[in-house]
Amino acid sequence: MRILRRTLISGLCATALASAISCKKSPADSTGSAAEAGEIVVGHYASMTGSTAHFGQDTDRGVRLAIEEANAQGGVLGKKLKLVTLDTRGDSAEAANAVNRLIDVEKVSAVLGEVASSLSLAGGRVAQRRKIPMISPTSTNPKVTEVGDYIFRVCFIDPFQGKVMAIFARNNLKFDKVAILKDVKNDYSIGLADAFQKAFSAAGGTIVVEQSYSQGDTDFSAQVTAIRGTAAQAVFVPGYYSEVGTIARTADRLGLKVPLLGGDGWDSPDLFKIGGDAINGSYFSDHFAPDVASAKSQAFVANFSKKYGQAPTGLGALGYEAALVLIDAIKRAGKNDPSAIRDAIAATKDFEGVTGKITIDAQRNPQKSAVVLKVEAGKAKFETSIAP
Amino acid sequence: MRAAIRLAIAAAVLLAIYGLMLGVEAGFTEYVQRIILLAGINVILAVGLNLINGTTGQFSIGHAGFMAVGAYGAAFVGVKLAGPVHGLLGPGAFADALVFNLALLAGALFAGVTGLIVGMPSLRLRGDYLAVVTLGFGEIIRILFNNASFLGSATGYFGDDPSGLPAYTNFFWVFAWVTLIVALIHNLTFSQTGRSLTAIREDEIAAEAMATPSTRLKVTAFAISAATAGIAGGLFAHMQAGVRPEDFRFEKSIDMIVMIIVGGLGSISGAILGGIFVAVSLELMRDLQQYRLVLYALLLILIMIVRPEGLLGTRELHHFLRRKKSATTPAPPTGRA
Amino acid sequence: MTQFLQQIINGLSLGSIYALIALGYTMVYGILKLINFAHGEVFMVGAYTGFYAAGALGVAGFEAKSQGFPLYLALLVLIIAMAAAALLGMTIEFLAYRPVRSAPRLTPLITAIGVSLFLQNAGMLLFSPNPQRYPAILSEVRFEVFGVIVTNIKLTIFAVALCLMLGLHLFVQRTWTGRAMRALSFNIDAARLMGIDTNRVIRATFAIGSALAAAGGILFGLDQITINPLMGMLTGLKAFVAAVLGGIGSIPGAVIGGLLIGLAEQLTAGYLSPEYRDAITFVILILILLLKPEGLLGVLRVEKV
Repeated sequence: MRILRRTLISGLCATALASAISCKKSPADSTGSAAEAGEIVVGHYASMTGSTAHFGQDTDRGVRLAIEEANAQGGVLGKKLKLVTLDTRGDSAEAANAVNRLIDVEKVSAVLGEVASSLSLAGGRVAQRRKIPMISPTSTNPKVTEVGDYIFRVCFIDPFQGKVMAIFARNNLKFDKVAILKDVKNDYSIGLADAFQKAFSAAGGTIVVEQSYSQGDTDFSAQVTAIRGTAAQAVFVPGYYSEVGTIARTADRLGLKVPLLGGDGWDSPDLFKIGGDAINGSYFSDHFAPDVASAKSQAFVANFSKKYGQAPTGLGALGYEAALVLIDAIKRAGKNDPSAIRDAIAATKDFEGVTGKITIDAQRNPQKSAVVLKVEAGKAKFETSIAP
Repeated sequence: MRAAIRLAIAAAVLLAIYGLMLGVEAGFTEYVQRIILLAGINVILAVGLNLINGTTGQFSIGHAGFMAVGAYGAAFVGVKLAGPVHGLLGPGAFADALVFNLALLAGALFAGVTGLIVGMPSLRLRGDYLAVVTLGFGEIIRILFNNASFLGSATGYFGDDPSGLPAYTNFFWVFAWVTLIVALIHNLTFSQTGRSLTAIREDEIAAEAMATPSTRLKVTAFAISAATAGIAGGLFAHMQAGVRPEDFRFEKSIDMIVMIIVGGLGSISGAILGGIFVAVSLELMRDLQQYRLVLYALLLILIMIVRPEGLLGTRELHHFLRRKKSATTPAPPTGRA
Repeated sequence: MTQFLQQIINGLSLGSIYALIALGYTMVYGILKLINFAHGEVFMVGAYTGFYAAGALGVAGFEAKSQGFPLYLALLVLIIAMAAAALLGMTIEFLAYRPVRSAPRLTPLITAIGVSLFLQNAGMLLFSPNPQRYPAILSEVRFEVFGVIVTNIKLTIFAVALCLMLGLHLFVQRTWTGRAMRALSFNIDAARLMGIDTNRVIRATFAIGSALAAAGGILFGLDQITINPLMGMLTGLKAFVAAVLGGIGSIPGAVIGGLLIGLAEQLTAGYLSPEYRDAITFVILILILLLKPEGLLGVLRVEKV
């Protein structure tokens, strides 16, 4: 009797699971089989689940908004755009799987992604081999675009952005001694920290101490206590907003009263929510300043806030940017052909996006200026602009 | 004569795999091909883990660490060897194959040694404590790789070429190694040594009373299991652009556990089925978007409550074909402390 | 010297939170010989319940006016979170652990891992993966003593942890249920033969352990400023190591273990390298299991054959 009951239950579970799997997709995200003749399919692979889910979801929101706005204006080349987003779970095997699936099953003409440089390297190799153009919105490691001529990006590369803050700290703020607090689980942070250290030392400054943490940590009292014991005039924290806010509060709590410096990973409304008063008086580099932004940028922020009920983070803005650059390239290519689209992306010149004027250079990286923002009274304000 | 027959069988099998490869590459999209390769790698992982968890009954939940050691080891050795070997033999498929297999063996060696180092102190413990210690070692290995700057730290090791590690892994090599490892472990499990391992699982104290050198056997089985995980890691590394510590988190160890649980703890054919299941099911569940992982966890809980012995228990597929009552008891292993 | 003292204070407050969580592990293991992997997730749910309860009780309004959150409301938040966690713990026990209680040890272990994964991912779906700032249920006041900065939050952590641990100790020593819990941890079959309703006692154990973890969760949120759905995994594991270090099944052991792990973690992060702060916990685990597996305060059980 027990065996019969168990077999029945397992059979039921198996049937339920099988029907759930073969059941048609949830209507919310339009995934689907091969594109119909009247559509251009664009793929986005990002970590929508897992420990970096909020980054992938942020970026996807920006991409989605751009695609929907383009469709509202009649699409591209007379056809509607279809966006397929696949989850990578923050795993490099999944990243390669996702790109393969986008190409083989969804039949995309181009791919956007990934957020993390190591995942972009994994997926980029597939895209390069299959000759599908890929634009990474946020991967900053220089190696990403070195994979091949089909891989592009729309964000700063680490060497440039690290140098920006180093120059700012040295020339504008006139600091001699700076401490570094970097995220060792995050190649973005490591890259920025290295670039900053090189540029700052070359400009005559000294790095008094280098401390580290791991993305996801919540306790920074040990590192802050250690930095408090040095003569640092500022701390360079090239991490993501989730940790930076807490670091600022911990520093404030433990009596470390020096300004913090950072990169575009700070850009998020959560930075002010978490950091509170402690983050005032700090500086970070970014793509555009919300208070002196162009009309296009301000329209983007307004539309994003209206659609999603929250202001965009830097990742969302870059996702939007990458999608815009792609859409523009498809227009210029004149046809829905991957290699023509690739050539058009490479030829992008003075494209007016929401993060400044973009020209794609010979290394397939964007040439654009960075702005340095100062945090005052819970808002980021324009401080200065630094060109490449 | 018997050696010649064995050689002939081996050659025939290899030829068959090669033929299958041509068929698969012609008939399926790259996307599906990759899933097939991942399934093969999973089979190696599952069958290897089954040796220590299933057959010997010693529960290890940190095996992703050994996979990592094998992956990094194979990648590193492969990159360093490629130059000298190509210098000697010139470019071409033969030199590539030589470098690849040497790299895999190196990875397996590193992983096996790591298994010895981890196993020797740990296998004095039983049951839950052993599980947590292996978990701890798995995490320590991952943290060490995360801080190893000559191996790329958190970004990962991508070799010297901008396009990443050479893509040696293909259908032929994966399934050649699958066949080899499954055959080896099958022979081991059904040999005298294998029976001793099963005895250790069923009642370690009684086995020791019967003069079974249980600690030595446990450590050996552990090291072999680690080495196979290393082979799988090496194969995995060479179908990716690079290897990162994040790919070998605790979740990977859990995946390996799910593989052998679903198929049946103690059954080699079960492990094979489980390995394929895990590779395929997550891809199939993609349509469920962010509910995927929640449902996967629920599935695990349901299996443990409803049918903890998995699909096959400790039986093998060929037991069903023979239609004879098998000698092994269908009860899952006891992990008494 | 001040840096050393600062690290000590930080380590002790973190350790107190680990101790609260470790109590739950040690009590459940003492009776059921099961590592309740899902306990870390109960800690997380407790923290989030506090987060939402505080929000519902209007903490944002008080923050905007820079007023302190009233003490009676803070206590209410604590009670709500502890009750919710107790309910969750009992539900997990009933649905996931009771059906496999008689199965060989590996089955409940894997079930526990499954429940842990389920709660983590469900938390990601329900609570959003973004880290959330913990509301100021207690407004922060700083003191400086000999160059060491202590906040009232740290003092509260010590106080609350101490009270709860004393309360547990009294409960286990003086009440009927407490005595029954001790009996079950000695020999569960004998206890059943003596007429104790084992199911009820086990339920109570889970409820108490989960409630303590929830308290730990709220204190964690106040001290660490942000919470996220994945916070339970690593913290839970460290708390388990603390329980093992102190002697699994021993309540004072869990407390000492928690404090030691907290100290070790802070000192490693401060003087060695923050990258190894998680690794040191595992190293301690391996060392203790190899050198003194019964833990610091545990009793070596010799198995007779």
